[in-house]
Amino acid sequence: MTDVLVCIKRVADATGEVVLTEDAQAVDGRHAGFTVSAHEECAVELAVRAAHATTGTATVVTVGSDDAVDQLRAALSVGCTAATHVHADPTTYGPRDVAAELAEVVRAHTAAGRPHDLVLLGNDAADSGDFQVGIRLAHELGWPVVNGAVTVEVEDDDVVARVHASSGHETYRVPLPAVVTVLEGGVEPRYPSVPGRMRARKVEVEDRKPVTDFGGASRVRLRLPPPQPSEVQVLGDGPGAAPALVDLLEQLGVLR
Amino acid sequence: MILVFLETEPDGLTETSREALTLARGLAGESGGAPVDAVLVGAPSCPADTAVEQAAAYGVRDLHHATGEAFDAYGGAVWATAVEAVCRDTGAGVVVAAGTPRGMEVLAHVAARGGVAMAANVVAAEGSGPLTVTRQVMNGAVLEDMVLDEDPAILTVAGHAVEARPAAEPGAGRLVPCRPEVPGADLVARVVSAEPPPPDLSGDLTSARVVVGGGRGVGSADGFADLLELTDLVGGALGVSRVVTGNGWRPHHEQVGQTGSRISPDLYLACGISGAIQHWAGCASARTIVAINTDPEAPMVTRAHYAVIGDLHEVVPAVIEEIRRRRDAP
Ligand SMILES: Cc1cc2nc3c(=O)[nH]c(=O)nc-3n(C[C@H](O)[C@H](O)[C@H](O)COP(=O)(O)OP(=O)(O)OC[C@H]3O[C@@H](n4cnc5c(N)ncnc54)[C@H](O)[C@@H]3O)c2cc1C
Repeated sequence: MTDVLVCIKRVADATGEVVLTEDAQAVDGRHAGFTVSAHEECAVELAVRAAHATTGTATVVTVGSDDAVDQLRAALSVGCTAATHVHADPTTYGPRDVAAELAEVVRAHTAAGRPHDLVLLGNDAADSGDFQVGIRLAHELGWPVVNGAVTVEVEDDDVVARVHASSGHETYRVPLPAVVTVLEGGVEPRYPSVPGRMRARKVEVEDRKPVTDFGGASRVRLRLPPPQPSEVQVLGDGPGAAPALVDLLEQLGVLR
Repeated sequence: MILVFLETEPDGLTETSREALTLARGLAGESGGAPVDAVLVGAPSCPADTAVEQAAAYGVRDLHHATGEAFDAYGGAVWATAVEAVCRDTGAGVVVAAGTPRGMEVLAHVAARGGVAMAANVVAAEGSGPLTVTRQVMNGAVLEDMVLDEDPAILTVAGHAVEARPAAEPGAGRLVPCRPEVPGADLVARVVSAEPPPPDLSGDLTSARVVVGGGRGVGSADGFADLLELTDLVGGALGVSRVVTGNGWRPHHEQVGQTGSRISPDLYLACGISGAIQHWAGCASARTIVAINTDPEAPMVTRAHYAVIGDLHEVVPAVIEEIRRRRDAP
């Protein structure tokens, strides 16, 4: 029976134009909408599968603004059965703060008789791209950590995680309790069903206040990179452009 | 002193490690010519003397090589132990690595242990104590300015944000072997087995010189036949957009982008790909980009170096025919 904690973050959806807040401290997602990163959607899916396979539970947690409850409910609608919300303004915290808060949640749940054996996170958040919260959390807890897994399975008292490396697939086998950060690619996140959504609405979310003093992220400001002028050279239209394109391939020396 | 964590490939240092060395040398110059040392962990994929020679050309004084059974199999925590030990012994004030999965992982462990900040995907850095860095966030759609005023300052360098340039004056390039002590707990999470990538045209996506990309415009799984033929003809690798993997037309390990591979070929031939920011994040480092697209306004077209406006199902077969014709010509 594996009790998994999966950590998610509400991020501005950056598929369209990116707008910054007036104080240049955050991305303004009010028009574009909010989501969680693709890595975290996969982490939720893996958490739910690991819980089902071992008749355990999957709890979702976020450290974020009051609105982040939307993302918690989304995870509840696809199979997580409990949720914890650490209410905090995301512009004031950095990766060290988030890791410290998540560690506090693990400790609090353990003290309340609901220990977690496995914590899953995204490898990096789609907005801040810090690449370190999972590792910092593992250090806080004194647990081993595997980074960038695409599949996660619990076997006896171990977690087996597969990672796509440039040299092929690498496998880690680590004793529980452990932390694993997840990359998209190993599983297809499921869509919420109508009963799933109904169930998610009824789950009582555990609300917590942060217990650490946020140190911040050493951020001075965000800014948009200057727009790049288009310098494209059109080689032609349709199949008639093939000779010009092959000339270019020859010029670049890429034809064998 | 500035310490750079190095990664290798059979020919020597990886391009991204050379870029990290170039950035480190720039910083060293700013702090009055501080020495640049480097650290190599475990058995490198190239001979150690090749690594030393190349590191010296990039200005490295001492190349610390951490060896011992503990470092043979990769593990983020155990490799970080070696970097941390060298950092402590040399009193390094800045630690730099390439922003690769390994570079990020190892330095995040070092930062977590030291309780200091880490800046990932830095594109520019200046000053010395405190350092001011600019890094990519939101896949490069946004830049973040950040101050690193802790000791050591830890940062990883975004791929191809800096052009790798050998030093005007080579460094001493001394090989300094070391055998750092490893606590048992650091050995727990290590690679227990590795399999080579599947034998297909995407195996070497991240190191391919030519990548042929296919997006939604390809239309179906069967639609890839021409692209695969072209990929084979140019000896390249096939890369695809997330729509393609999402539709199940091609496997995920072929995906280029934020949640796929980051590629840096000499040529990226993007066919039927719009160039959304998440895809662009993975291909922006290509030296030359050619887009084949029906829409002249698609971001991939306006950001490319060259474009052919048209239906890829007409253009690609014509290109294949033209290559064959020239090859067969006496
Ligand atoms: C969190 C997150 C992570 C993501 N990660 C990635 C990622 O890693 N990689 C990635 O690729 N995307 C990623 N995306 C998705 C990304 O936002 C885009 O949806 C995706 O890249 C679009 O793929 P596409 O260009 O193939 O399709 P579309 O955007 O639909 O573009 C198709 C293009 O093909 C052209 N076209 C159509 N028919 C033809 C034809 N017959 N001949 C020539 N051209 C034609 C069209 O003009 C158009 O430009 C991510 C999204 C999110 C939210």
